[in-house]
Amino acid sequence: MSSESASPADGAEAPRYYSLHEHHPENGTLLGFWLYLMSDCLVFACLFAVYAVLGRNYAGGPTGRELFDLPVVAVNTSLLLLSSITYGFVMLHVQAKRLVPALVWLGITGLLGAGFIYLEMREFAHFIGNGAGPQRSAFLSAFFTLVGTHGLHVTFGIIWLVTLMVQLVTHGLTPANERRLMCLSMFWHFLDVVWIGVFTVVYLMGVLT
Amino acid sequence: MLNHTSLTTLLLGRLTWDALPLHEPIILYTFVGVAAGGIAIFGAITYHRLWGILWRDWITSIDHKRIGIMYIILGLIMLLRGFSDALMMRAQQAVAFGDSAGFLPPHHYDQVFTAHGVIMIFFVAMPLVTGLMNFVVPLQIGARDVAFPFLNNFSFWMTACGAVLVMMSLFVGEFARTGWLALPPLSGIKFSPDVGVDYYIWSLQIAGVGTLLSGINLIATIVKMRAPGMTLMKMPIFTWTALCTNVLIVAAFPVLTAVLALLSLDRYVGTNFFTNELGGNAMMYVNLIWIWGHPEVYILILPAFGVFSEIVSTFCGKRLFGYASMVYATVVITILSYLVWLHHFFTMGSGASVNSFFGITTMIISIPTGAKIFNWLFTMYRGRIRFELPMLWTMGFMFTFTIGGMTGVLLAVPPADFALHNSLFLVAHFHNVIIGGVLFGMLAGINYWFPKAFGFKLDAFWGKCSFWLWLSGFWFAFMPLYVLGLMGVTRRLSHFDDPSLQIWFEIAAFGAALIFLGILCFIIQLVVSFLHREELRDVTGDPWDGRTLEWSTASPPPVYNFAFTPIVHDNDTWADMKKNHYARPQAGFIPIHLPKNTAAGFVIATLSAICGFAVIWHMWLPAAAAFAAMLVAVIVHTFNYDRDTHLSADEVRKIEGSRTALLAGHV
Repeated sequence: MSSESASPADGAEAPRYYSLHEHHPENGTLLGFWLYLMSDCLVFACLFAVYAVLGRNYAGGPTGRELFDLPVVAVNTSLLLLSSITYGFVMLHVQAKRLVPALVWLGITGLLGAGFIYLEMREFAHFIGNGAGPQRSAFLSAFFTLVGTHGLHVTFGIIWLVTLMVQLVTHGLTPANERRLMCLSMFWHFLDVVWIGVFTVVYLMGVLT
Repeated sequence: MLNHTSLTTLLLGRLTWDALPLHEPIILYTFVGVAAGGIAIFGAITYHRLWGILWRDWITSIDHKRIGIMYIILGLIMLLRGFSDALMMRAQQAVAFGDSAGFLPPHHYDQVFTAHGVIMIFFVAMPLVTGLMNFVVPLQIGARDVAFPFLNNFSFWMTACGAVLVMMSLFVGEFARTGWLALPPLSGIKFSPDVGVDYYIWSLQIAGVGTLLSGINLIATIVKMRAPGMTLMKMPIFTWTALCTNVLIVAAFPVLTAVLALLSLDRYVGTNFFTNELGGNAMMYVNLIWIWGHPEVYILILPAFGVFSEIVSTFCGKRLFGYASMVYATVVITILSYLVWLHHFFTMGSGASVNSFFGITTMIISIPTGAKIFNWLFTMYRGRIRFELPMLWTMGFMFTFTIGGMTGVLLAVPPADFALHNSLFLVAHFHNVIIGGVLFGMLAGINYWFPKAFGFKLDAFWGKCSFWLWLSGFWFAFMPLYVLGLMGVTRRLSHFDDPSLQIWFEIAAFGAALIFLGILCFIIQLVVSFLHREELRDVTGDPWDGRTLEWSTASPPPVYNFAFTPIVHDNDTWADMKKNHYARPQAGFIPIHLPKNTAAGFVIATLSAICGFAVIWHMWLPAAAAFAAMLVAVIVHTFNYDRDTHLSADEVRKIEGSRTALLAGHV
């Protein structure tokens, strides 16, 4: 069937059907990570949809207007938005191959993220202490799940960030590490974008009604 | 004393000796059988000293071909389990009339139909589809491996661990009694307080991670790693369907993850998403799970369409008729599959206009699907058809699937659906498309690519026996269900009062017995082919006179797939190469860059299964420990920067030289 394929190569011209040199396909890591982020975005989309459907089912319990303390949430939001800017500084230093300033800005980013998580935990503890836990009503179930899932993402982001700082110290700004920094950067900014949605849909619109 | 009790609770949760089904003889005998088989396999591997090979060449392998084969083996093993459930149901329904209660109590019967559905979709159809894509796609696009080889290994083990959890539920505790989608409020903690639904949730969550990651992996592979010259419209159709399927996976599985997470919050934390109290809304669950569930059926069928396209064109010796229309049809189906989910519950009562919208979109899907059927028919028209096994399965599919598609259009009419909803007519419909489409497609694909994977063809005689038994068995088993459904018989019943129905169930049971013989013949086919592998040997690498790139390399392909990256000029690249007297390169080999094997995927997946098991049984201390270990394992894995190795030019020359000798000896 393919007997002709066994015949030896003849002629010296460049072969039509294969490349004599190793072909280097583009690295797919950033595309792959982007696809992952989009799938994660769909998880949030579901949680937003659930919140949109159940967010007014107070079942006689407290409403968002009664619960939310907007000034604290404003501080919280500022911390997270600021951490996106500081992560931008990290990437600028990475591009200029300056390891130490990159590490410093990474540390600041992580601290801002930790501050965000602290304020969120405080808010949650306050709600639960006042009998407004996730079991109280469908509204609170949806609220805790949407906001909590975002917080869980930020927490894992901080774990990743610390791991990456250690790896930067041990391995330096290698191409592999730069790729990882780029992935974490996308992750971090993505969480910021999701938070803007949470802030608007949950807190601002919650206080309005 | 109190401390001791609370520690025991933290360690063992609600797991007690009562969880073992010592009082249920059917399960007990199954357990004895499985345990004996397991010990025999364990002993055989130890006796033949195969543990090292198994560990090095398979468990830790990140070669896409081996991972693909492991997926298919997983799917076939789970097919035996899922089919045993089917046989039990058919037998029960054939005898449980009037005074006879049958042999399965309702408590057990409900677990059987739930496990059957879950296993057949998640642990048979999905692994078979993913396995074929894993094996074939990189070969078809002229790549050395997938984009993320380690992730590929991890995905497989996550899927396998999900399957292990489902199997464990048979012997430790019980499985869900809710049907394969676990709809609340029945699946909520109030009505299903035991571990069944938790087994369901965690096995699907763990396997779902694997499915999602393998979807991302294959998209990145197809987008980034095609051989030079292979533009999108020069990709083989199977690769096109794989691309669309993986887009569907990435866009659909997160919804399943989210909705199952919400259900587990309801069960574990006491939230009120889907409860009847405090503002919960059970129909949210139904909507969300079908937003995943409908794309899911296209995730399964699209690769099967791809397999049939490759087979029809190969065995008719012709270019596929209407390549471009085939691509567009596939893409249109991909998009439309998101706009039809509500047809699964027209009876929700969402009103005439909403139901009409979803009824119409559903009917529109039959247009691109019909276009595909005509493309295959026109490819066969005036072709020199060779009736080899893959082609038989393809023709069996075309007859069977078309009927299933038509009953689907019938169900898309909302008023008709109101009468047929949850009836056996529906059960007959989706088995008609899933067996006639997906399963026939996978068996066609296995028969087609088996020689590529193992270097010898499958035995034709036993293959034909298997095909005809499957085909006739399918018609005997499911046509009676259409009749019963039209008469108003609902699904998931373990006992009937009306004796006039019994004859139809007996015919269906006879059909199931024929399918059983079909599966038996398939196993015999594998064994006979292995024993006769020397006569069935394929030395050319191209046993069917194939048309796409995978047939240009050796059977089985070397670890690097292609010594030199192919350059593509035409759709059917290999057919084009053969027509233009392509000469296989004999010299000038270069070193090849390959990823190293790693145990990380296996370890992390095993830890996640342990964590899942602990959470199912509320064993909080082991669960926390397993989760922490998993996190540490992931972090440790990221510290491994030394992931690549090189195959020297000399080794490549040796491997290619032995193939040259083989080809020369053959001619």
